[in-house]
Amino acid sequence: MSSDTLEISGSFRKRLLDSPVYYSFVRNPTAMASAAVLASFILSSALAPWLAPFDPWDQTQFDIMDSEIPPAGSDGADGRFLLGTDAMGRDMLSTILYGTGISIVIGVFATILQAAIGVTVGLAAGYFGGRLDSFLMRIADIQLSFTTLMVAIIILAVFQTTVGPRFHEDFAVMIIILVIGVAEWPQYARTVRACVLGEKKKEYVDAARVIGLGPTRILYRHILPNTFSPLLVISTVQVANAIITEAALSFLGLGMPVTKPSLGALIRNGFEFIFSGAWWITAFPAVVLVVLILSINLLGDWLRDVLNPRLYEK
Amino acid sequence: MIAFLVRRLVQAAVVMLVISVLSFSIQNHLGDPLRELVGQSVSEEIRDALRTEMGLNDPFLVQYWRFLGNAVKGDLGTSYFFKRPALEVIMDKLPATIDLVMGATFWILVFSIPVGAFAAINPKHWFSRLSMGFSIVGISIPVFLTAIFLIYVFAVELGWLPSYGRGDTVTLFGVWTTSLLTGDGLRHLLLPSISLASVILPLFVRMIRSEMMEVLETEYVKFAWAKGLPRQRVWMVHAFKNTLLPVVTVGGVQIGIMVAYTILTETVFQWPGMGFMFLEAINRVDTPLIVAYLIVVGLIFVITNTVVDIVYGLVNPMVKLVGKHDEQ
Repeated sequence: MSSDTLEISGSFRKRLLDSPVYYSFVRNPTAMASAAVLASFILSSALAPWLAPFDPWDQTQFDIMDSEIPPAGSDGADGRFLLGTDAMGRDMLSTILYGTGISIVIGVFATILQAAIGVTVGLAAGYFGGRLDSFLMRIADIQLSFTTLMVAIIILAVFQTTVGPRFHEDFAVMIIILVIGVAEWPQYARTVRACVLGEKKKEYVDAARVIGLGPTRILYRHILPNTFSPLLVISTVQVANAIITEAALSFLGLGMPVTKPSLGALIRNGFEFIFSGAWWITAFPAVVLVVLILSINLLGDWLRDVLNPRLYEK
Repeated sequence: MIAFLVRRLVQAAVVMLVISVLSFSIQNHLGDPLRELVGQSVSEEIRDALRTEMGLNDPFLVQYWRFLGNAVKGDLGTSYFFKRPALEVIMDKLPATIDLVMGATFWILVFSIPVGAFAAINPKHWFSRLSMGFSIVGISIPVFLTAIFLIYVFAVELGWLPSYGRGDTVTLFGVWTTSLLTGDGLRHLLLPSISLASVILPLFVRMIRSEMMEVLETEYVKFAWAKGLPRQRVWMVHAFKNTLLPVVTVGGVQIGIMVAYTILTETVFQWPGMGFMFLEAINRVDTPLIVAYLIVVGLIFVITNTVVDIVYGLVNPMVKLVGKHDEQ
């Protein structure tokens, strides 16, 4: 039993090391650097409860007397707060570690939701064609033309005014994931549909149909695995976009509440203080946000170059 | 052709209808118009009588039909906060937003076309690599951060430019105010328009570059080279002209997208446009104004998309006029 699993993992490792993706990865310093940066962000935010010197979600741990202390190295710095404190006296380093986690979680889960809806719609539209296809793709076109940000702002605004801020605070993460997830599904649907149109005429699909498999099985077990590379490429972009959208919503005050801030909410928090010279409340979360998104985008660019057969030929 | 036009217009009408239903149900569920009018002190019987009189006890469809009739006549309700017709309030704010969008469009046109075309013609040149690098950084910076950064550098630290508001405006034809024609207005417009452009500009540069690179690979461009035509002519007349079609299409849609981003830019710069007004309306639970904004913005989106689609269908001979998406 144990030797079996060893062998499988061994062969997986070998396959990975032999793959063109890995080959290109170790020869591309930008991709490696972005992956390293991204990994360090994910790790540090996942370990935030142990790494962070304070718990920013626990109101007993911060004191208004500590508010607006500048970061280490400037006048009036306090040794306890490496990156200074915000207007509520929270340690910036801790809030950023926790906030990065929230941003990443929202980005990833919103993308998973988009993929779940979009892939199903795209598979159905591409495979069955006809009226269903026209109808679904028209809806996708229309929804895309309204832009995610607009749709999300409207839904969240209406939601917040109907249920009140208290309820919103408790369920903010889930609601934002839901809104961004639902608003962006057409991206996946279009990509998957285009792939299915290319794949469904191939012989392996005919073969599967001839041996009597149902459409669900053919779609999910035979066609879907062959659409993975474009899906992977758009997924990176989608995660980055979801994080940006969440940041924008939080910046407008429609996203994460001040008590559990994401990076966008932190920037909103700090924005009113840049005029009085407290630049660090805005600057540190802003840098983290930009570097996070940039590393995901650079990885996505690299992946597209590696996995896109059209570019391969050129 | 006529069939395509009709289909496209019917679709636009259906979308507008859906938007109006959604907006109306929002209006129905947000706040109580009666309380806004008479306050708390009125007894339950009078309330109920007023309710019936105002038609608030009518079935949903009857109320919706009335709402639709009024909307078509341009009556979208009265703003609770401004105590004026909601549409009038929006029309007051519209010119500021249009100024902003025009400013941003200006930057996009001035920079994206030369840079994108240059990068397509000389993909290995250091300038092309630099601009591609900048474009991916640009995509990764959220618009409100660009705005905050510009304010911090040029308004707070250097003190060169104002950080908020619209500055002096002039009134054209008695109805339209614009800050494009005064020096002070232009100074106020500079930072907001650059921030707004910073979201779309990188996308445009990348798109023009990739489209033009594709065109440069086509047979007719190769044939033009083989004929020995001068370089400028091949680049400008053969390649660039044919890049424009897809660019214009996507560009038209981007104008709609810019409206969404004006909410962010206007908030940071406290630009007195529709987006800023919308956020304030949300904070004040000013339902009629929210609904009116949704309808006006929905209309802008639908009109731009319909016009772009129709123009694309007219200009591009390759579009199958029935069911545009089949071409993929």
